[in-house]
Amino acid sequence: MTRRTGTGTWLRHYTIVYLVFIYLPVVLLPVFSFNDAIYVAFPMKGFTLRWWEEMVQQTGMLHALGNSFTVAVPVCLVSTTLGMCAAKALTSYKLMGARVLTGLFALPLVIPFIILGIALLIAFNSYGLELSLWTVGIGHVLICVPFSLFVLMSRLEGFDRSLEEASLDLGETPWMTFWRVTFPVALPGVVASLLLTFTISFDEFLLAFFLTGNESTLPLYIWSQLRFPAKLPAVLALGSAILVVTFVLVTLAERLRRQGEFRSDTAAGGS
Amino acid sequence: MVMALISPFVLLIGISFTLETGAQDEWVLSLANYQAVFEKPQYLRVLGRSLVISSLVALTTVLLAYPAAYFIAFHVRGNKMMWLILITLPFWTSYLLRVFSWKLILGYNGVINSALLWLGLIDQPLDFILYNTNAVVVTLAHAWAAFAILPIFVSLQKIDRTLIEAAHDLGENSIAAFIRVTLPLSMPGVIAALLLVFIPTVGDYVTPKMVGGPNGLMIGSLIQVAFGRLDNWPLGAAISVVSMITVTGTVCAFLFGIDRLKKLVARA
Amino acid sequence: MKDRAFISIKGISKHFGKVRAVDDVDLEIEKGEFFALLGPSGCGKTTLLRMLAGFEVPTAGEIYIDREPTAAVPHFLRPVNMVFQNYAIFPHLNVFQNIAFGLRKDRLPRPVLEERVNDALALIKLDGYGARRADELSGGQRQRVALARALIKKPKVLLLDEPLGALDKKLREQMQLELRDLQRNVGITFVFVTHDQEEALTMSDRIAVMSSGKTIEHGPPSQLYDRPRTRFVADFLGTMNFFEGRVAGSDGDGLAIETDRLGMVRAQGPADFAVGDRLTVALRPENIRISPHTPNDDVDTIGGTVSNTAYLGDRTHLYVTLEGSDQPVLVARQNMDGSGSDGPAGHAAVSLWWRRSSVLLLKSG
Repeated sequence: MTRRTGTGTWLRHYTIVYLVFIYLPVVLLPVFSFNDAIYVAFPMKGFTLRWWEEMVQQTGMLHALGNSFTVAVPVCLVSTTLGMCAAKALTSYKLMGARVLTGLFALPLVIPFIILGIALLIAFNSYGLELSLWTVGIGHVLICVPFSLFVLMSRLEGFDRSLEEASLDLGETPWMTFWRVTFPVALPGVVASLLLTFTISFDEFLLAFFLTGNESTLPLYIWSQLRFPAKLPAVLALGSAILVVTFVLVTLAERLRRQGEFRSDTAAGGS
Repeated sequence: MVMALISPFVLLIGISFTLETGAQDEWVLSLANYQAVFEKPQYLRVLGRSLVISSLVALTTVLLAYPAAYFIAFHVRGNKMMWLILITLPFWTSYLLRVFSWKLILGYNGVINSALLWLGLIDQPLDFILYNTNAVVVTLAHAWAAFAILPIFVSLQKIDRTLIEAAHDLGENSIAAFIRVTLPLSMPGVIAALLLVFIPTVGDYVTPKMVGGPNGLMIGSLIQVAFGRLDNWPLGAAISVVSMITVTGTVCAFLFGIDRLKKLVARA
Repeated sequence: MKDRAFISIKGISKHFGKVRAVDDVDLEIEKGEFFALLGPSGCGKTTLLRMLAGFEVPTAGEIYIDREPTAAVPHFLRPVNMVFQNYAIFPHLNVFQNIAFGLRKDRLPRPVLEERVNDALALIKLDGYGARRADELSGGQRQRVALARALIKKPKVLLLDEPLGALDKKLREQMQLELRDLQRNVGITFVFVTHDQEEALTMSDRIAVMSSGKTIEHGPPSQLYDRPRTRFVADFLGTMNFFEGRVAGSDGDGLAIETDRLGMVRAQGPADFAVGDRLTVALRPENIRISPHTPNDDVDTIGGTVSNTAYLGDRTHLYVTLEGSDQPVLVARQNMDGSGSDGPAGHAAVSLWWRRSSVLLLKSG
């Protein structure tokens, strides 16, 4: 046993170093957003809040932020709905060619995004669709559906079909059975899918780069600002703000989840 | 949905066989784009480099992530979820800013150079750590870490713990038990992680551009140039088709190789 | 119209591709009966139950419930409810919500709803458990909640799919009796599926034994156990010794049968065997006794050697080898008043005897 704890300590140290590797670049963003210098480089100068003030005043950035929400919210709703339909169909019925369908849905994942992006660009062009936030949204739905599908399928795979049968047996219609049984049971998966697809769309750069018209999403805006050192610190401030918001949201979600877990844990122990 | 998925690729392949004439609505069938791709050495060289870089990235990412995933799966008793969230949290921030951040770390006045100067290990900042292939590999290995950690963790978590105890019981020490039981059983996760990192990074455009320098150029940049500055869509389409086929071919060859390896091991 | 039974199953078949899961089954079940479908796994019993519930559509045949044909009735309108094998307790609802699930459409005022659910909770002896979460229940409690949830719908028929399969042995035995009592109290027809012959014998009024999609025999438990008409049922219920034989002669008392291992055996079998017919003789292990003295002349005896013994607590199984045969005969000996260790041990020569009335004659093959 002592040797195993030895490996354990060794692994723990490694994981902590790994965490430093993962966090180092992320921690630098907020640090430099308070740095009193235009150039984002060492050595650091004094502390300032002016980049945060500037952030609030940069209308272009706030506009891009708004655009990103305009795209990401419908994208996460649409792709989670599509993912739910597909996951339901693939898990509950032994469909002919279910594997082929799953593979097809996963297609956008096995093709580099840049190629997907230009393929869509060509397609929109030949359909005569003008490039806009709409075309970005369509592209994002295509890459989000597979993620949503996999999250929901792993949730629904353990789903006990007899729960739905029990509901039907107790006199519920198939439609109400979906809303009273399937959906609530799959809810954690649905929430996970919404979060994941929102983030993917919110942060996606390559597809947006090819598929947008005159409007910028936030990543496109950031990309354009990376060339102008003077604008950069405000971008870092925004990045830090988003980081803090995500941090709070994820922690909150995890706390909620753990409360549920805790209750079921005590039940398992008590009976 | 199926049509929406397939038609862009049909069009992509179609347009790659046409010639850019400058005139609208005029299409001339031609193999010239493919000729250009195969005859100008830069395209194939960059494509080859992209594959090498992405393979390196995939390997590095998985090698770095495996011990951490193993630690969480086997040594964390209480809240594994918290550790997973802790590891994946940074990936909720902007990809662009994360990549940019590596410039701050690896740059001339960056964290590493500053630290080394402060420690007195060097007198002059090192200028060879940014703008090259290594910088691309490190940055991508960081950017895609979540895509490696999660599948590996899931496959490790699924392993029946009694199998490892059985290996110990049959007289294997920890290392042998790991190599003969844990590692093979976690291979599905490792393979998924390799592919999940390899495929998207081949086409990445941001990282090479930001930290790659001239020698870190990857195929995504060429495609972008064809569609952007050159405004030669058919050429860009041809490069894309060739890259897509190469990537698919590489993935298939890799999976086939794994399959052969499995059979060889089974026979031994 | 001909007077039909409460539930009438007429020529029901269900094919999945080439597999005949249920193959031309006819059954009648009376109102208020506790009826068991018993058989090994894969015999079609669950498919038959699911056709009663409406989850499977029969390939051929018709099912009448309360004398009404059911083919056109979707499952959510059928007057039947089901207790699922794993109970299918909704994990996102508490006990109260689970039990009240099927009452949504009745739009009951809250006090009435609460009263009905509380009555149901009292029925299953879980008063005060309404607020418990589904995952806070033990296996036995889940089973009761599943029962209450189905019974609150006041179905004409309650279907139970392996209702006790997920419980441990002690709890199962207790629940067998409770289910029996509950069924008598509510007076609803219960049809349940089980692979456990003991469970079927304990609980049901009648049993239908199934194999390969067909019903082999049906009748009250004691009839199927004591007087099976087929080798399958004789073998499936309890344990049995089989001997091959041929009718050598008959008189007013019964038949004389020449057997492969027991020599000449006399039986008061049914008269549908003629001299010269091949048949199978069956003897329950508990009907074969070991003792030097035989009580009267109504018995047959044979000598043998104990080759092996298995102590089972309440009884001991002795494997007795007969002369001229390697295949031992199984004899069960009750252990009363601590007599477990008194019996004959290995290699002891013993004399076996049995009453003629306990010899069963079955058609060969």
